[in-house]
Amino acid sequence: MSQYRICPDSGLYFDKSAESLMKVNAVAGAVALLVAGVLALLLGLTRWPSIHLLGAADFYMTLTAHGLNALIYWMIFFEIAILYFASSTLLKCRLAGPRWAWLGFALMIIGAVTTNVAIFQGNSSVMMTSYVPMQAAPHFYLGLILFAVGALIGCFVFLGTLVIAKQENTYVGSVPLVTFGAITACIIAVFTIASGAIILIPTFLWSIGLIGHIDSLMYRVIWWGMGHSSQQINVAAHVSVWYAVAAIAFGAKPMSEKVSRGAFLLYILFLQLACAHHILVDPGVSSSWKIFNTSYAMYLAVLASMIHGLTVPGSMEVAQRKKGYTNGLFEWLRKAPWGNPVFSGVFLSIIIFGFIGGITGVIMGTEQINLIIHNTYYVTGHFHSTVAVGTTLTFMALTFFLIPVLFRRQMIMPGLAKWQPYLFAGGMTILILFMLGAGTLGVPRRHWDMGFADAASMGIKFEFPGMAETMMALVGIGAVIAVLGGAIYLLITVGSLLFGKKLEPSAGLLQSFGVPLAASCYTSERPEPAKGPAADLEEHGSAGFEAPGTFVLAMLLLVSFVVYYFINWKYLASVWPLS
Amino acid sequence: MSAILPPPERIWWNLPVGKEEIVWIALSLTWCLIMFAMMPLWHFYGKQNLSNEAYRITASQFEARTKAMADQYEVRTESAMNIPVVHPPAIGDALPNGETSTGDVYMLGRLWQWWPMLELEKDKSYRLHLSSLDWQHGFSLQPININMQVLPDYEMVLTITPDTSGEFTIVCNEYCGINHHTMLGKIYVKE
Ligand code: HEM
Ligand SMILES: [Cu+2]
Ligand SMILES: [Cu+2]
Repeated sequence: MSQYRICPDSGLYFDKSAESLMKVNAVAGAVALLVAGVLALLLGLTRWPSIHLLGAADFYMTLTAHGLNALIYWMIFFEIAILYFASSTLLKCRLAGPRWAWLGFALMIIGAVTTNVAIFQGNSSVMMTSYVPMQAAPHFYLGLILFAVGALIGCFVFLGTLVIAKQENTYVGSVPLVTFGAITACIIAVFTIASGAIILIPTFLWSIGLIGHIDSLMYRVIWWGMGHSSQQINVAAHVSVWYAVAAIAFGAKPMSEKVSRGAFLLYILFLQLACAHHILVDPGVSSSWKIFNTSYAMYLAVLASMIHGLTVPGSMEVAQRKKGYTNGLFEWLRKAPWGNPVFSGVFLSIIIFGFIGGITGVIMGTEQINLIIHNTYYVTGHFHSTVAVGTTLTFMALTFFLIPVLFRRQMIMPGLAKWQPYLFAGGMTILILFMLGAGTLGVPRRHWDMGFADAASMGIKFEFPGMAETMMALVGIGAVIAVLGGAIYLLITVGSLLFGKKLEPSAGLLQSFGVPLAASCYTSERPEPAKGPAADLEEHGSAGFEAPGTFVLAMLLLVSFVVYYFINWKYLASVWPLS
Repeated sequence: MSAILPPPERIWWNLPVGKEEIVWIALSLTWCLIMFAMMPLWHFYGKQNLSNEAYRITASQFEARTKAMADQYEVRTESAMNIPVVHPPAIGDALPNGETSTGDVYMLGRLWQWWPMLELEKDKSYRLHLSSLDWQHGFSLQPININMQVLPDYEMVLTITPDTSGEFTIVCNEYCGINHHTMLGKIYVKE
């Protein structure tokens, strides 16, 4: 019996069991995003001072659930789907141990549900970071542990698939760049989950009374060993998707394999230690440790991101120029398929991730500058530009590609889909910029009432400048627009899976949720091995720059970076002297 | 479609590199090194650095020291919770017994107050001791916008030199439970 299907539209190749697992993981991710999105609206409307929707207890509960469902469940479910895609589909290989993969998936579901139940029972409003000694219910931690074990199994299935592909020679030469990026994500994930186990298992034992005390600083250091590196999983995963979309939308090839892969290697080598930038203003950690970890480690990873920032759009530019869009610096960009949400989502994500997420992240991670930023709304602005635009928007764009290819359904409402990336990115940009602004004025994150009415009634008064309140209202407006964009994404995705025109007669309702297509679709016994193009005979960039437009954009990024960096030092220099 | 296909040669390390990539890597690396250098340089030439002085301490020890200081230097109380406002001597101030003061001042965070309130003098320096008696708190001095993490069992000591006068508020910016949003403290700086 054959178990391989070749997608007639894309030529991509799907193993029957991998296909089902990709579908269920992606769908589970979308459900988590739905939960996170509904909660996001409630948060946005609560922090909008004149609306102030929820009460304090509900707000903190909602915030805990939003953080976990968005940051952990949505992204990791989707990333597991990407790992299976990058191994099985791109290497044309059967998935290693599909039964294990299903077990992993089941554990992840059980874990996610358990923790959500704990949160909504109301006694675990400890935020996703669950800093000790504040304590959640034991099943809050237990759910996280189960989820992590499930994700770890998914990582090993991915690695096992690579081994099988090598043994069975399902590809020729080295793995594709996108798979290489996925390997990066997977290695970081294993490290991340190990840190998570080291900190969450004792915390769970403490919550059931078997351990007496957990040191607050040790918790923060190790928790961020997990919490920060898991962001690098996201970055490695979404950068891989950027390369994949450049290849899919433009037929682009990497500018040079060596540079792009070298940059992924830098991620593996240097990202883990960057947990330091979450502890820059903690007591009991020395400056030299902070500087070493936040810079030596982080800046080489920053370098890697700056490289991808050039090479991904650069590869698109090279491909467009080959198609004849050679006028001036930017004809390739003007003539890009802006109406195709797969492309526009990715391109908006690259720009916002680079210009806002990248720059603000490095600035916050500077030892002394962190003093004027730590735990303000600036932080929340920063990470929405990285995870909510960088990663989430990229995954949304990829979904639009996968609906026909993986799910064999035509996307419904293509006219609306065109607008989705702009709406989501636009709302998010408003939200992010005003979060950054409010944070600069000192507005705290994770805070129910910036008007301090309850404190005033006890006789201690404080008001933020009126500007801060205005900015918080604008954050709320951005939130409403972004949630609308997110809702349209879910509407189109779920609508297509349920009602989209079937591109293959057997692609029914159950098939959208993991059941394989009719046996007759799986025609291929043993596919041709995946093989790269013959070496390019063209001169490589001998006549000068291949992608001058991208280079100009990159220089614009660098100049903004330098200017804004020194503005922050100037601002720091104006606060009270400390030593 | 080659980012999703194997590279043209197995040893991808030998594949050529484009010019703008080399230039960009050189520029980026230079910038990373400059950013790296800024942090140690600021330790030598900048005035805003977090101290490395910290001790392990128990909640009861820290509470006792804070209370001793508050009892000695209380000038009035404020708010419905009768939080004392204390006016301790700065570093180098002459003490009644003829010695000079070390300028040690204490402030503790607990559910849900910063205690006590401080009255300091402009352009004088103080050794500020911070710790928490229970959960983690965030010391966020407004409107100056200086932010630090305050942990239980750790005492952070830093030298501050208020160079502006007026009323300053400490907002708690680490989530510390249901009344987190009521946790405000005060530092008054007199000319
Ligand atoms: C649909 C649009 C979204 C809106 C309007 C939104 C809005 C918000 C708001 C208002 C907060 C509260 C900040 C605070 O008071 O401290 C928040 C927190 C957060 N959001 Fe979002 N968000 C959105 C999407 C996302 C996505 C897609 C992700 C991640 C993939 C994400 C990750 C987080 C995280 C990690 C937190 C912090 C939770 C914590 O402090 O524990 N958000 N978001
Ligand atoms: Cu507090
Ligand atoms: Cu608090």
